[in-house]
Amino acid sequence: MASLIGYYSLIFGLCFSFLIIIFSVKNFRDSYNFNNKILSLTFLQLFFVVVSFLGLILSFVYSNFSNETVFNHSHTTKPLFYKISGTWGNHEGSLLLWLLVLTLFIFLFLLKSKKQNKKYRILTLLFQQIIIIGFFIFIIKTSNPFNYIFPIPSEGLGLNPILQDPALAIHPPILYLGYVGSSIIFSSTLSATSLNYISKEWAKHIKQWVLISWIFLTLGILLGSIWAYYELGWGGFWFWDPVENVSLMPWLALTALLHCIFVLEKRLALTSWVVVLSISTFTLSMCGTFLVRSGILNSVHTFANDPERGLFILIFLFCLIFLALFIFFFFHKVEKKKLTNFFWLSKETSILINNWFMMYFLSVVLIGTIYPIFLEVITSNKISVGPPFYNKLMIPFLVPFLLAMAIGPKLNWIKSELKIKFHSILILLVSILLSVFIIKSLNVSFLLNTILVSSAFYLFFVTLKDFFNKRFKFISQIIAHFGFSLLILSILFNNIFSTEIVTNLKIGETFENEKFKINFEMIETRNEQNFKEIIGKFNIVNFDGDVEILKPSLRIYNQPNILTSEADIKTNLLTDKFMTMNLIQNQEYFSIRYQIKPFMFWIWFSVLLISLGGLISFFQRQHEK
Amino acid sequence: MYGRKVKLRFFFVLLVLTTLILSIFLILKSLEENVVYFQSPSEIKVLSEIKKKKIRIGGMVKGNSIEMGSKEVKFIITDFKSEINVVYSGVVPNLFAEEKGAVVEGYLKDKNFFLATKILAKHDENYMPPEVKASLEEK
Repeated sequence: MASLIGYYSLIFGLCFSFLIIIFSVKNFRDSYNFNNKILSLTFLQLFFVVVSFLGLILSFVYSNFSNETVFNHSHTTKPLFYKISGTWGNHEGSLLLWLLVLTLFIFLFLLKSKKQNKKYRILTLLFQQIIIIGFFIFIIKTSNPFNYIFPIPSEGLGLNPILQDPALAIHPPILYLGYVGSSIIFSSTLSATSLNYISKEWAKHIKQWVLISWIFLTLGILLGSIWAYYELGWGGFWFWDPVENVSLMPWLALTALLHCIFVLEKRLALTSWVVVLSISTFTLSMCGTFLVRSGILNSVHTFANDPERGLFILIFLFCLIFLALFIFFFFHKVEKKKLTNFFWLSKETSILINNWFMMYFLSVVLIGTIYPIFLEVITSNKISVGPPFYNKLMIPFLVPFLLAMAIGPKLNWIKSELKIKFHSILILLVSILLSVFIIKSLNVSFLLNTILVSSAFYLFFVTLKDFFNKRFKFISQIIAHFGFSLLILSILFNNIFSTEIVTNLKIGETFENEKFKINFEMIETRNEQNFKEIIGKFNIVNFDGDVEILKPSLRIYNQPNILTSEADIKTNLLTDKFMTMNLIQNQEYFSIRYQIKPFMFWIWFSVLLISLGGLISFFQRQHEK
Repeated sequence: MYGRKVKLRFFFVLLVLTTLILSIFLILKSLEENVVYFQSPSEIKVLSEIKKKKIRIGGMVKGNSIEMGSKEVKFIITDFKSEINVVYSGVVPNLFAEEKGAVVEGYLKDKNFFLATKILAKHDENYMPPEVKASLEEK
């Protein structure tokens, strides 16, 4: 019943798209005022999509296995929380979520943009409806979440156990808010371009949307990373896996856009660049969906897929890109007033430098992700590109990037003098001395690490000083940049100070080296609603006598029958102690991995700080209005 | 003489072009160095020379071939035509099992012996790495 309602609401929603288009086109031509009927229609469309989504959630909650999606991804013994999160833990449901956010955002956009020009609002709505119609058709044609199966199975196939996790339950909605938020930026930029509406006021208004998407995208990536850290059992937080890259690319483009919007708002410069960035951000988000869902990528997220879907998204994507480029080349008027007052040493230049780096990082990630796909199509050579590639190309460029981040915000708009102040030199000296002091005693490559750590420290101290100098006007920027320096520092120290022990142990055996003694004491079993758990107990004795007990476990899920290992992590402010155990069939050995990872907490915390910067900026702007 | 505006723009274009060329060159160069090729056991048997580069080998883990010690795991990877002995020390993923697909990454010692630094397994029991599927289908 719920699925039936869901399905018909979906069709109704699509019909409303056409109604909205008809009304909007009429309103666009005829009258001077914005027709409020359009707003009601948009609300109704949103309402039907919400009903449809609720229909799917209810089908999951009541384990209605006549619905194919529910049958494929749910099970009666699954806890309620994961039944609900299972709704978007699969392809069909996650697309419905995309659609929900698309319609929600355009409705909010119409509500929030009442002060803007009528034509601009309607045209934005029209562009957004093109995207919405595309997704409606995509869902109904190739990935209907409400397919009926008969005879009705008595039990479902279950949700992949590694997805049964709190962080991953909220990861997709948050990430999608970021991804889909860029659709509003896309539609609005296209509409502003074709109406020649790009102005300082427009920049101010669209910046809110850029900030929202950016905050959610940052948080979404953070959640995914935390999940990968404790669930995949490698003890790392970023693997340069194609699926991670695909979320990082729109983030880089969006971050570049965020900085450019400032220039547009203050100086009405770089308009073409802003347009290009808006288009590419949304394109990259769509590409992300395409690459993840089409199964082209060989990654942890490719569970099951269907080439037809990939083809549809690809064609749709090309149509959108074509439309965007068409509008850009034919309607975009380059501002007559060229930058007459342009000086090298100014805030604009420093933001351009930021953009250069962002684009460079973006192209590295882009090439690393898609080069293997192309190579396979062209030469049928199968290759993979691993972390060394990214590390080698990114890390050296972090140094000037960090320094620019420290110096750039201090410059003035238009023209600025280079005043070498005593305390900034002092900070630089302190940073270098501190890094030399830390790195010198360690067994790592001295020069590279010292330079990296000192530049990160420099940004760290400069932003810290600004914070205490109470430059409240720039508080959001200071917090975000401070967060970034903290992130880089934590990652560097995490890399430098991590230790890892990998060994195979039988129950009762002890591993010993000069630093630790790991004793595999015993195992015990425990039965849960939908899995059986084998818990190992390990005594770890440090060389200075500290005793730590860690209990990693293995879960054997009933449906689908999959073994997962759950890491046991002891976290405190300074270090994480991380342990996983694995079992190989018919063997009495357990494979053990024990890691000491310093500053993990600070990695997560610094990303939170970065998004907090965005949040403060968002509310500051609200307030200024 | 050219005006200041023209000069500025010329300078700008030049800067963009140089960065572009430089970064493309850098990226392609390190791609060349850091790419890992995928091969099947049969392809390795016909190699003319053993390179020191890191590669990946995919296939099935032969039945009854896993031997576990306290330091390392030994097993045989097969594509039902040729076999390769693999030695690996490190954590073995959960879905690694006999008669299941696996991909190993590491260095070839000779045509029969492979020193693995990583075993890749996926999180879906029915999942088979596309490379393995393709190389098995060829047979």
